[in-house]
Formats: sequence, structure tokens, C-alpha cells
Amino acid sequence: MSTSDTVIKLAELTGKTAARVEPPFVLTGEERHAIEHEVAHYPDGRAASIGALKIIQASRGWVPDGAIAPVAEIIGIGAAELEGVATFYSLIFRKPVGRHVIKVCDSISCFLTGYDEIRAALERALGIRYGQTTADGRFTLLPICCLGACDKGPTLMIDDDLHGDVTPDKVATMLEAYK
Amino acid sequence: MSLEQDLLVKPLTARVNLAAPQDLRTYEASGGYLALRKALKELSPADVQSRVKDSNLRGRGGAGFPTGVKWGLVPMGPDAGAKYLVCNADEMEPGTFKDRLLMEGAPHQMVEAMIVAGYAIGACTGYIFLRGEYVVAAERLNKALAEARAAGLLGQNILGSGWNYDCFVHTGAGRYICGEETALINSLEGRRANPRAKPPFPQIAGAWGRPTVVNNVESLFNIPPIVINGADWFKGLSQGKSKDGGTKLYGVSGRARRTGVYELPIGTSAREILEDHGGGMKDGYRLKAWLPGGASTDFLLPEHLDLAMDFDTIAKAGSRMGTGLLTVVDDKQNMVSVVRNLEEFFARESCGWCTPCRDGLPWSVKMLMALEQGRGHADDLAELERLTRLLGPGRTFCAHAPGAMEPLQSALKFFRAEFEAGVSPTAAKADDVHDLAQTGVLDAKVA
Repeated sequence: MSTSDTVIKLAELTGKTAARVEPPFVLTGEERHAIEHEVAHYPDGRAASIGALKIIQASRGWVPDGAIAPVAEIIGIGAAELEGVATFYSLIFRKPVGRHVIKVCDSISCFLTGYDEIRAALERALGIRYGQTTADGRFTLLPICCLGACDKGPTLMIDDDLHGDVTPDKVATMLEAYK
Repeated sequence: MSLEQDLLVKPLTARVNLAAPQDLRTYEASGGYLALRKALKELSPADVQSRVKDSNLRGRGGAGFPTGVKWGLVPMGPDAGAKYLVCNADEMEPGTFKDRLLMEGAPHQMVEAMIVAGYAIGACTGYIFLRGEYVVAAERLNKALAEARAAGLLGQNILGSGWNYDCFVHTGAGRYICGEETALINSLEGRRANPRAKPPFPQIAGAWGRPTVVNNVESLFNIPPIVINGADWFKGLSQGKSKDGGTKLYGVSGRARRTGVYELPIGTSAREILEDHGGGMKDGYRLKAWLPGGASTDFLLPEHLDLAMDFDTIAKAGSRMGTGLLTVVDDKQNMVSVVRNLEEFFARESCGWCTPCRDGLPWSVKMLMALEQGRGHADDLAELERLTRLLGPGRTFCAHAPGAMEPLQSALKFFRAEFEAGVSPTAAKADDVHDLAQTGVLDAKVA
């Protein structure tokens, strides 16, 4: 968990800042069914923690705080334990993200083949920095470790699509496909 | 060359087809699931284990531990109870891009390997621990598993043998540390991916406290061909280039002409890999240094290119073969920046469990950034050298920080002048580790 996350959560708990206003969380029938299907693959329900969080994220874009207790109940662990898992994994989003998430590989092979220019081009095109979402809610920009496509560096992913051999001048056209 | 002949020299990639991977029917037509049929009809689990032990297949995840020996530590017999096979498909080592190719290109070979290896250790369930970003591999593996299940190759009473075994894809959600064997097991169980103390070793008490074997994708891909063709065939694949047997997936990334993955006899020289298969460096770039197999291996120099790429030879030269995929650093790069990039990765991906790793890695990044920007302190080089010892083997809970120190220590050894050039006579010492967190340098999360 990052330091800034800790600060925000403590502030919310102690009422020092206005907490985000979220509608009450209700698990859908499909989500519950999908989580129960995951649980069946393991000798212990806890093993479905990450899978269950990903199911919530797939349908809602992120994992709201309200999701933690009902999901923890289905898989049979405490809410605090699931919270601990949810905050550990970098691809579980605990805050709203844009309609499309851009994950830019910043590991060594992409670094050697022009990562810095790609990052700059993206930040320029979107007007945001890492961790931020564009004002129109279209894109969130994040760094990610090695995408395992080093022969095509620089690489990035937009949602589930891998883009290789990215050049700064191709960035704008590439983004066009994601409305 | 026919596919049949090709499989005898390139057992890992002969079937790889990224555009249209084989379905069950075409896989079986090319000899697929024959290893499973042979194992269930003719061989006991002990027989399969001894074939693999005789082949001396060494783990392809990076450590080179003999796969057969690892399996041999698992309790066998009718009273052994539930056991698990886990495939480490969490490929996240920077500069490594081989397992993706295998899983996307030949998913049924992965599935057959999971079943045969599961049989060899008497497992009840297999899990393919796949990194979350490999969505294409997940889809293809799930399809192959469903086809295998429908054909009675997976599930209850497989092929009438009386053996029950199923296999599932378990996808992750980020975090490089999941590739560490015991952290992977914690993650599989639905916990934070902190490593576990060893002993007990996973083969005795792993997932859910039960005997568990964790094998890399490329290691497992070798299992069906070894069962079919035997240990002697496997040993011969290296063509005398190494005392180890088999082929190896090698590759090149960075500013080389033909970056990619190539299946070659293990022990092929780094020069042949880079120059003959990778096409050498791109025009206008010269080779300055190279990582033999991932971010956590020591740098080697152009003068080391004639070394055979096998575990023992590269270890003797002061590095590790690791995953065997070369990352080439060109002469336009400043080594301080290159190492800063590597350490930033390791600092961000530390699980935070033990202090040397959690605090030492960001400290190294801070000093490297200062040196990179020409505002390093005169003591920084000595301090970085001290960190390579304090974060080295035996000082930390797992191999993450010691791995991180490998490129740092070798860069300091080979390119000291570039580090010294970053020292400013008036700079203050970078000893407040925590303000890095405040700058967000190491944060990869949604703000």
C-alpha cells in the first residue's frame, strides 16, 4: 500500500475529510455466480480472493470499498483480510479509473528502446501524469512492469490490447481507437 | 522439414503458431497427448520421474535446479494425500518474453505437460499461475483445458486409468514478487504475495500445507517430449555445446536488428545468439554491455560474448544465465541511468516484507537518481557498494533484493567512471529514504 493511500483512508475513517459519496454497494446475481464458480476451483475459498476482486473490477471498472465485505463473505474470510489483498495487488484498482486503462511498460528493454519519449508523448496527448485520469473519464495512465514482449519494445497495453514498436508520432492515432 | 522431424530438434517451439494455435484434433494429429497415453499405459509415476531425472533437465525459470530432483522430494505412495502441481507462468522478469510465446502458440502442449507432470508427482490438481496481463494466453489455455476435459484427458478416471486430476488457470493481478516460488503459493492461496520461510520446502508443505511442486512454463514444455523420446535424446539436443541437455529458448531485446526468441541447443554462445540470430546491433549502435537473462543478472561485457550460454559457464563468468534472454545495452546509454531504471523496478516491486529490501532498494534509487543528474555525493559510490552487501544473499528474506544487487554491483565494477562522473563536490547526502515515496517515483497506482 502506498503512503498516500494510507493517508486518505485514515482521513476518511477519522472524518477529517469528506468521504467520497458512493451509492450503497449491491452485488449482482452474475457477480455472485461468477465468484462462486471461481471458489469451486480450490480446496479453500480464500484462493478465489484475487479472482473475485477481478470479477467485481471487470463489471464495474474498479473495486469500491463497499464490495469488500460482501465478497469476503462469499469466499469465507474476514473483510480486513480481503482488504489487505485488495490493496497489495497493483492491478486491483481501489479508486475509479477511466473507461480505458493505459499501462506503459517501463522495464529495461522498453527503457532501452525509447520508453521516455513514449511516456512524454502520452502525457502530452492526454494532459495527465501517472496515476491520473483524464477529465472526460476516458483514459487512466499507469506504468507497468515488463509485459513480456521485449522484442517489440517500446510496448504498452490499452485495456487488454498489447501495442508493440510504439513510436511517439503513432501515439495520437493509437488512442483514437479507444472512445 | 516435416513437423515430425522439427519436433525432434525443436521440441518446445515446433508447434508454436501464434496466429492459429493447434486445437485438440491437430495437436493429437502431430503426436500430441501421446506422452500422456504412454505414461498412463506403460509408465508408473516413478518411471516418469526417473526419465526426467536421467535427462538432467534443469529448471528454465532462472535458477537451473534439476526438475527431476525437485520432483523427487515429493512424498509418494498411497498415503501421501492431496498434492499440487503449480506452473509458474507469472513471467515478469524484465527482458524475458519466452513463456508467453509458448503458451499463446502451443496451449495444448502446456496442458499435456501439466497432466503428465501432475501424474509424475501424484497430484490431485494443477494450477497454471498466469500473470493477469497475459489475456490471450489465458483464453487459449482455458479453451485447451476445456477441450482436454471434454475428451476425457482431464478430470475423473483419465483415459480409464483410475487417476483423477483437474487443472485450472489462476490469473494474477500484478506484482513481480508473485514469481518467487513461495510468494506465488501465498498468492495462489489468496493472500498477499509475501515469500515464506524455507524450510519447509514447498515439495513437503506448499499450497494449503500440502506437498507442492512449482515448475516454470519452459521446464514443463520439455516434459512430454522427454517422456516420448527419452533422456538420451534430450541430452543429445545440446550437440556437445554444454554438459546440460536440451534446447533452450534464447532471445535478444534492446537495439538489435532482429529481436526475438530462438530455440537453440543449450550452450549456444551469446555471440551466435546475438549476431547470427539477433542480426547484431542496429546500425549506429555498438554493444556496450548485456544482461544474460533478465534484470536480476549481472552485466557482462562484449568480451564475454563467446561464452556458452549455460548455467555453469555464465556463473563462472560472474553472472547467471537466468532466463537466457539477452538484453543488449548500446553505447548511447549511460549505465547510471540503465541501473537506475532497473533498481526503480526492483524498489517498486519489493513486497515490503523485510527491511533491507523495502528500505534499501528505494535508497539505492535515490542515490542513482542523484548521480544520474550530476548531483551525487562523494560517498554515494561507497554507499551503493555497501548496499550490494547489505542487500546481498543471506541478508534478506528472499532472493528479490539480492537479485536487484546483481546488475548494480557489476555496473559499479565495469563502468565505475560513469558513476564517478555524477558526483558533485557540493552535493548533500541522500540519506532520507522516505521522501522518495512522497515524490511518487515508486508508485504505480491510481491516484
